[in-house]
Amino acid sequence: MSTPFYVSPQQAMADRAEYARKGIARGRSLVVLQYADGIVFVGENPSRALHKFSEIYDRIGFAAAGKYNEYENLRIGGVRYADLRGYTYDRDDVTARGLANVYAQTLGTIFSSAGEKPYEVELVVAEVGETPDGDQIYRLPHDGSIVDEHGSVAVGGNAEQISSYLDQRHQDGMSLAEALKLAVQALSRDTNGTQREIPAERLEVAVLDRTRPQSRKFKRIVGGQLGRLLETDGASTEAESAEEPDEK
Amino acid sequence: MWITAAGRVGSLAYRCFTCEFGLSGRNLVEANSLGIGRLPAAFLTPGSASFMDFLSDHQPDLLPGNRQLPPMQGVVEAPHGTTIVAVTFPGGVVLAGDRRATMGNVIAQRDIEKVFPADEYSAVGIAGTAGLAVEMVKLFQLELEHFEKVEGAQLSLEGKANRLSTMIRSNLGMAMQGLAVVPLFAGFDVDRDRGRIFSYDVTGGRSEEHNFAATGSGSVFARGAMKKLYRRDLSEEEATTLVVQALYDAADDDSATGGPDVARRIYPIVTVITDDGFRRLTDDESSEIARSVLARRLEQPDGPRAALL
Repeated sequence: MSTPFYVSPQQAMADRAEYARKGIARGRSLVVLQYADGIVFVGENPSRALHKFSEIYDRIGFAAAGKYNEYENLRIGGVRYADLRGYTYDRDDVTARGLANVYAQTLGTIFSSAGEKPYEVELVVAEVGETPDGDQIYRLPHDGSIVDEHGSVAVGGNAEQISSYLDQRHQDGMSLAEALKLAVQALSRDTNGTQREIPAERLEVAVLDRTRPQSRKFKRIVGGQLGRLLETDGASTEAESAEEPDEK
Repeated sequence: MWITAAGRVGSLAYRCFTCEFGLSGRNLVEANSLGIGRLPAAFLTPGSASFMDFLSDHQPDLLPGNRQLPPMQGVVEAPHGTTIVAVTFPGGVVLAGDRRATMGNVIAQRDIEKVFPADEYSAVGIAGTAGLAVEMVKLFQLELEHFEKVEGAQLSLEGKANRLSTMIRSNLGMAMQGLAVVPLFAGFDVDRDRGRIFSYDVTGGRSEEHNFAATGSGSVFARGAMKKLYRRDLSEEEATTLVVQALYDAADDDSATGGPDVARRIYPIVTVITDDGFRRLTDDESSEIARSVLARRLEQPDGPRAALL
């Protein structure tokens, strides 16, 4: 004989949040940092084909931690949203703020509707401006809230520890090589504080580079260029941050 | 509920009423789900990497081919773009166009731009109804970019050429009423490591052209000029000079094609696509070429002479 039991709304929401957080924490973390010429995305990703970072529009990039099929769906939805908006109005009318809003509404609706399983994803939407002051970084947790971030942000499993590490060390106006080094240091710290080595092949790196002459500012950094950036020591990096030939 | 009501004799009118009511009710709900700001289901449904496929599912009215034309007599007067030429050379391809748009016997625009980058390794030049052509190019650029972003890889050059073919075909209804769009598509094939040219007819028929091609009202004269001047071992500089010569000859004999306008500083648009990607010559570079061609034509108005035998 069963008695219908009552679950308070607070408890139901807390359970859903717990479920989503656990799912996100299973994945590896990734970080997004501002540097002098733009925004850099760095993450540990053993796969060459399944990307964590991607281009949404001219100046807008996307990063996601959590369940691949769910954030891939959101990514394609974002590309469709941005392209449709740019086609209906103008390319300048596609903004990170608008996109972040749509993602927040989508995640929020799914999170609070009892019929759907909450998405186990945490997103970052970043837009590079003409100057560092114009850069925008939004973090979108699983529940549909939006956090406006500055300087650096980390999402994924070990996010809190990594972001406090980054907050202490990140400075405005870092070169690309400096920012990349800091990101890799932050990512390679384990929860118990020990440092491990992440080889360059396991890193996924992409930039939104405001100095790129093309209107599409997103670019993946792979192969030799990534190796060179990781090797240079922080002091002599001015030349490295300049536009390098595309390696496709 | 209404089915039982409809089962009764004499309630036919009532049934129709509820039927309509039910439909409009459903539309209301859909409009509301858009209003919340959540991405509609169509956005999150996995499927095609084509932006046009997405549009035809989600907002078919935005697709140029789906527009209904009112019945009308005769030809619609609208600005028409004229001559586009393309030449391959070892290492790439050059695509160029004159700057004139005409409407009947009137020059509608002196400085129209008719050559556009389609993506990093291809470009499209348009002859025909300017308004429709510019819209087609905009959608074509977006189609290629959308595929690249969703799939993470570029379409093959053949794939791009086929996509353009589909778009021209969807414009056939307009073309029958005199609003044709006939582009020339050129690109660098990174797989085969050479420049390639594709020409089209109004029905979307696609054919690959070798060495050189031209489209638009002055194309006959431009093709004649290129036939006599083309060589397989042209350098990039020679190829850009050749297209300006061909456009000059087209403007010489076709009233709808504009020659270099020295007084207003309006010169042909010349673009080069190599394995470094798309590059449009700056105004200084193209005026340099146009001026040197012009200087020689002052002495020899019909242009360089080819050997007789």
